[in-house]
Amino acid sequence: MTGAGLFVVVVLVAALADLIAPTAPATMQFRFRFTPPSPAFWLGTDNFGRDLLSRVVYGARLSLEIGFSVVVLTGIAGTVVGAAAGYFRRLDAWLIGAMDALMAFPTVLLAIGITAALGPSAMNAVLALTLVYTPRTARIVRASVLVIRELDYVQAALAAGARPGRILARHILPNSLGPLIVQLTFIFAYAVLAEAILSFLGMGPQPPTPTWGNIIAEGRTYIREAPWISLFPGIAIALTVLGLNLLGDGLRDALDPRMKVQPG
Amino acid sequence: MAAYVLRRLVGSIPVLFGVTLVSFFIMQIVPGDPASIIAGLGATPQEVERVREELGLNRPMLVQLLNWYGGMIRGDLGDSVLLGRSVTRAIVERLPVTLSLSGYALAITLVVGLLSGVFAALRPNTWLDQALMTVALVGVSLPSFWLGLMLIVVFAVQLDWLPSGGYVAPSVSVVGWLRSATLPAISLALLQVGLLARITRATMLEVLGQDYIRTARTKGLPAWSVVAKHAFTNVLVPVVTVVGIIFSLLLSGSVVIETVYSLPGVGRLLAAAVLRRDYPVIQGGLLMLAGALLFLNLLVDVLYAYLDPRVRYGTGQ
Repeated sequence: MTGAGLFVVVVLVAALADLIAPTAPATMQFRFRFTPPSPAFWLGTDNFGRDLLSRVVYGARLSLEIGFSVVVLTGIAGTVVGAAAGYFRRLDAWLIGAMDALMAFPTVLLAIGITAALGPSAMNAVLALTLVYTPRTARIVRASVLVIRELDYVQAALAAGARPGRILARHILPNSLGPLIVQLTFIFAYAVLAEAILSFLGMGPQPPTPTWGNIIAEGRTYIREAPWISLFPGIAIALTVLGLNLLGDGLRDALDPRMKVQPG
Repeated sequence: MAAYVLRRLVGSIPVLFGVTLVSFFIMQIVPGDPASIIAGLGATPQEVERVREELGLNRPMLVQLLNWYGGMIRGDLGDSVLLGRSVTRAIVERLPVTLSLSGYALAITLVVGLLSGVFAALRPNTWLDQALMTVALVGVSLPSFWLGLMLIVVFAVQLDWLPSGGYVAPSVSVVGWLRSATLPAISLALLQVGLLARITRATMLEVLGQDYIRTARTKGLPAWSVVAKHAFTNVLVPVVTVVGIIFSLLLSGSVVIETVYSLPGVGRLLAAAVLRRDYPVIQGGLLMLAGALLFLNLLVDVLYAYLDPRVRYGTGQ
């Protein structure tokens, strides 16, 4: 439950950004450029004299919003595709073929390619990451559906004349939620990491909007003189992802101890 | 065995076809006019028109698709807009850097990941196990590019032990290569080390609980022999299946790590292409890397079938 606690703290920080941040994330105080961490600026300031605590805290908001959007959209798309593939035999080969083709690409590379085409923005990062993580989610839903649809109670519902939509929604999907929730928790973690990579490469939300990835990228230029600029957003990413990974591990053990580590 | 290899080969054809389609559609989903985006903001209408003509963007999509396949058969993935040379050449030239770095990172991953997983499983729930698994969990949670920057701060800026970037080919100087590639390889490997350590530990624990291990122990075999011969060889079987994922993560990671350390590899080529909207390089790069990955996964599957006969006869799981 350390994981849940850690994650709740990050969520709270993001939610209460307005209260925690001493200044607006874009406020420049040129007199205080490159101030190391100090009582006045807890996490120091950057090359424009912007307060890093404020930037990291507001960055949390965007990173979590992007991660959460990816989780919701992936959950929906993965469930629809996975359920269709698992339930309707005729669709299976086509859908799985398409999923396999997408999964053949290294995840982050495909996301980079898609954002390069669509253009850099938070919205496009969400779209790209959703497309990249949906196949993995669909596969997991499909696997559950394939097993559950053969169970006697589903056959009974079929015999009673229930339609496919109802059988899926009422009888099959609720019972395949466990693995899906575990998977989505890990996807949240991957999405936060992947978004940081996109932002770092300049393919995420554009400066001056702070994201953890683009703060690290800006700090890279001054890594010799002011390493703290890149240091703190990285710690923020690590804590968030660590919390989510721990939470995912805990949920997995609670829901099904036999499930193996399934990396993205 | 031959039948299994053939079946897998045939099975990967539709996936390869899908991969080529996905790479093709990267350019098609560009909103607005890709030609004017590639040509840049200050381009004259004539320049935009020239780009459009060169990339064949003025033709119907089906013709573009056929040209894409026609080129692919000849090994021609188009020309880089910025480098003014063929995409395949640009990638092949940079491949040795990426391969040597990935190979180094893979070696670190296998040695450190397997060893820490095995040691953790041999002393489950002790401080050693917990320490190793904590490190592994932190490893899968750290952003690799950030770790790369922090290693530069410590080992290049503060301690001045290793260079902060640049690349020396091993053919020029092995020591120079080791110096230039060590920090990048560590940054690139940490995620996979954590992953492999966690999987190895879980598998090892499962294997150690099996009857044949107890038999080996009760008949008085030395402890190291039980672990090294009876247990470890069986741990390798499921571990082989994650090798594909490890390759995939190495390729993804190389984009950021090569950027952080200014290494002239395929990853940095792609990162630069993305920023400058050099779509042919992005398409070609994605296609070649996914193709390579598909081939590697095929090799892994064949190796898996060789190690575990149940797979090749289709009776397992």
